[in-house]
Amino acid sequence: MSNGTIEDTQVIPAAEVEEVDLYHAHSFITKWVFSQDAKVIAIQYSTTAIVIGLVGLVLSWLMRLQLGFPDTFSFISAESYYQYVTMHGMIMVVYLLTALFLGGFGNYLIPLMVGARDMVFPYLNMLSFWVYLLATLILAASFFVPGGATGAGWTLYPPQAISEGTPGINGGIILMLVSLALFIVGFTMGGLNYVVTVLQARTRGMTLMRLPLTVWGIFTATILALLAFPALLVAAIMMLFDKLLGTSFFMPEMIVQGEMTSSENGSPLLFQHLFWFFGHPEVYIVALPAFGVVSDIISTHARKNIFGYRMMVWAIVAIGGLSFIVWAHHMYVSGMNPYFGFFFATTTLIIAVPTALKLYNWTLTLYKGNIHLTIPMLFCIAFILTFLNGGITGLFLGNVIVDIPLSDTLFVVAHFHMVMGIAPVLVIFAAIYHWFPLMSGRYLNEFWGQVHFWVTFLGSYLVYFPMHYLGFVGVPRRYFEIGETSFVPESAVTLNEFITVMVLIVGAAQVIFIINIVMSIFKGKPSGENPWNATTLEWQGETTPPGHGNFGKELPICYRWAYEYSVPGVKADFIPQNLPPDKIK
Amino acid sequence: MAYVIILVFMAWCIYKYRYRADRRADYEPENHKLEWWLTGITTAGVVGLLTPGLLAWNDFVTVPKNALQFEVVGKQWEWNFRLPGKDGKLGTTSISLISDDNPFGINPKDPNGKDDVLIEGDDLHLPVGVPIKMNLRSLDVLHNFYVPQFRAKMDLVPGMVTFFWMEPTRTGTFDILCAELCGVGHHAMRGSVVVDDKTAFNKWLQEQETFAALYPKGAASKTQLTNKITEPQKFKTAFSYNETNNNKLVR
Repeated sequence: MSNGTIEDTQVIPAAEVEEVDLYHAHSFITKWVFSQDAKVIAIQYSTTAIVIGLVGLVLSWLMRLQLGFPDTFSFISAESYYQYVTMHGMIMVVYLLTALFLGGFGNYLIPLMVGARDMVFPYLNMLSFWVYLLATLILAASFFVPGGATGAGWTLYPPQAISEGTPGINGGIILMLVSLALFIVGFTMGGLNYVVTVLQARTRGMTLMRLPLTVWGIFTATILALLAFPALLVAAIMMLFDKLLGTSFFMPEMIVQGEMTSSENGSPLLFQHLFWFFGHPEVYIVALPAFGVVSDIISTHARKNIFGYRMMVWAIVAIGGLSFIVWAHHMYVSGMNPYFGFFFATTTLIIAVPTALKLYNWTLTLYKGNIHLTIPMLFCIAFILTFLNGGITGLFLGNVIVDIPLSDTLFVVAHFHMVMGIAPVLVIFAAIYHWFPLMSGRYLNEFWGQVHFWVTFLGSYLVYFPMHYLGFVGVPRRYFEIGETSFVPESAVTLNEFITVMVLIVGAAQVIFIINIVMSIFKGKPSGENPWNATTLEWQGETTPPGHGNFGKELPICYRWAYEYSVPGVKADFIPQNLPPDKIK
Repeated sequence: MAYVIILVFMAWCIYKYRYRADRRADYEPENHKLEWWLTGITTAGVVGLLTPGLLAWNDFVTVPKNALQFEVVGKQWEWNFRLPGKDGKLGTTSISLISDDNPFGINPKDPNGKDDVLIEGDDLHLPVGVPIKMNLRSLDVLHNFYVPQFRAKMDLVPGMVTFFWMEPTRTGTFDILCAELCGVGHHAMRGSVVVDDKTAFNKWLQEQETFAALYPKGAASKTQLTNKITEPQKFKTAFSYNETNNNKLVR
């Protein structure tokens, strides 16, 4: 374990590469708009992601209004309902979560945590954001083209995504596919940057096994994304060809609404394989950064080293690798060769082992800690609970035979919202409450933080526990209205109303959060430097918030791993990574 | 079980080790013995969950040799059905053969198809206590034949024939829903399936009309085939029941 004995420090090499001078901004525009500073880009990424995420949030309200109170709102038609469903899903998964974790937290934290002045390719980094912004604008524009946004479901399955009978089969789906392609282009620019920065720009002494788990999570997730997104890119391009050039990649012979199509011999299943070859790693692209962030925050706020660091690292890497061979568990009822079920159920349940180990290790980190129940800590504990719930239902759904009755019901919806909706979002909140003092020099308001936490945490359980039950009864997903159905008990209708009310309340709590951020930027309680007494390098800079170039004249030297809390025989209960051994008291 | 243990342990930790100014956290970076034990126990638990699941899955993908061959044909947004005639075999089909005279696209040259029973826009009846293989075909987009009480479902995929099998164990009338998003009418794509005892089922079956009787023009047509004929998907090693199926329906 590289925990900073005197011998370790003897082998820290002299800087091999001379420092490169960074681009210096001269004007407001180059400093804040076309900025090449990773920290500014991070805030640009985060702001864009949160704004489009709020659009996704409003879409979920509209969707729930229809489900809770059918026949009440005349402005919601079946067409618009399916458009809300589709856009909500795609916005939340790709444009909010992926962009926020990698583009937002990745940009802000990687250079600071590894002890670099900036990303290795700052110009490319800037370009990455602007392409992402363009992709987001194109996506938003698809609401306003004739026919509206696509209503094919976020999975965009052909043939219906480009066949009559589905909303938005012209402008809507084309803009969606173009936007996705651009997103992937933009992400690739950023992603290469993050990987190269972690591999090449770590400061002296920062070995891979001394990296904070946040960096490990974002790093591995970025590699996953670089390997998974191309599958989505080709699928998007092939579907564009099917739509615009009349090819038949995914389009078989069909008679749609009485009309014989000109397509023949295409394979709808091919698209599903490509989509989920991206789609499953995508779950971990969101989850792995969350795993990393949680590990660091728990350790800091429990004043205790993360338990089993090396196992945590290997679990992240193992989960990342395994995530590429489980994709067809999304397709158990797709009509693919049923023998695939044996393979994919097995790989899916294997991935539960490293995931469970991470869970144990977080819990064992709390064990014998000295737990400060700060807002970030509360959110992290809520995350562990939520991820545990989502993981348990995942064991049901992954086990192919159990999935057959549950697939395409609200049980699946509740499962994946717990595991990749609520859980990562709780981590995002934890991270924002934790690192806001670093970004602004001020705390977020504690009281409103408590309100935000409890409403969000309890509220989302009141949303999703009933939803599991509805799915268990057999209520199918993506239904504009359930109508007269004998197997659905009367109480389900009342439950749907209850869920809708809870969704609106949880949504309102997010408004409080946004107001809290805006108010605290100007009026928050000053936090001073390193308010959580954390060990990692981002808190050890000369100024808070860190300036352009991150550190002062000299880059910090890393002497130890990131979890030196409550070390026996040391007076302070934490030792920063860059504190020279002779200065430890 | 593990769920409860973890929850209780975590709650206890949070309470017991809450912040006190006069206490310090423990320092314990790793504990190999504990970590390996946890890995072992989790692996054993996962194997314990997976094994019965895979055994049941093996039953699900192995269609009994004596299963009746029924067909479900989905299109936006309705369900139609086809049952084999006295020969117990469904005639081959092709999308390109579909016309007003032949809405199912049955190959007129295939003798197995002439006596196929067609159910259009009406309830499907199934006999209780007999294994039935549902062959699924879609004329347009993806659909999913979903009867919640059957606890089995499968997508209908245009361009191929998918299937699942089941054996109704009790009589009654059940809703058919579509479980794969298929456009704006997805939620309204409903039907009913009636599980009868054998006498009632046979009585019902005799009242139904065959392809040759319903569509004499289509059944006699000499249309030249331009496209391949779709057949139920075969997986050669284990799925040889298509050839060996000799089950006859009593009419």
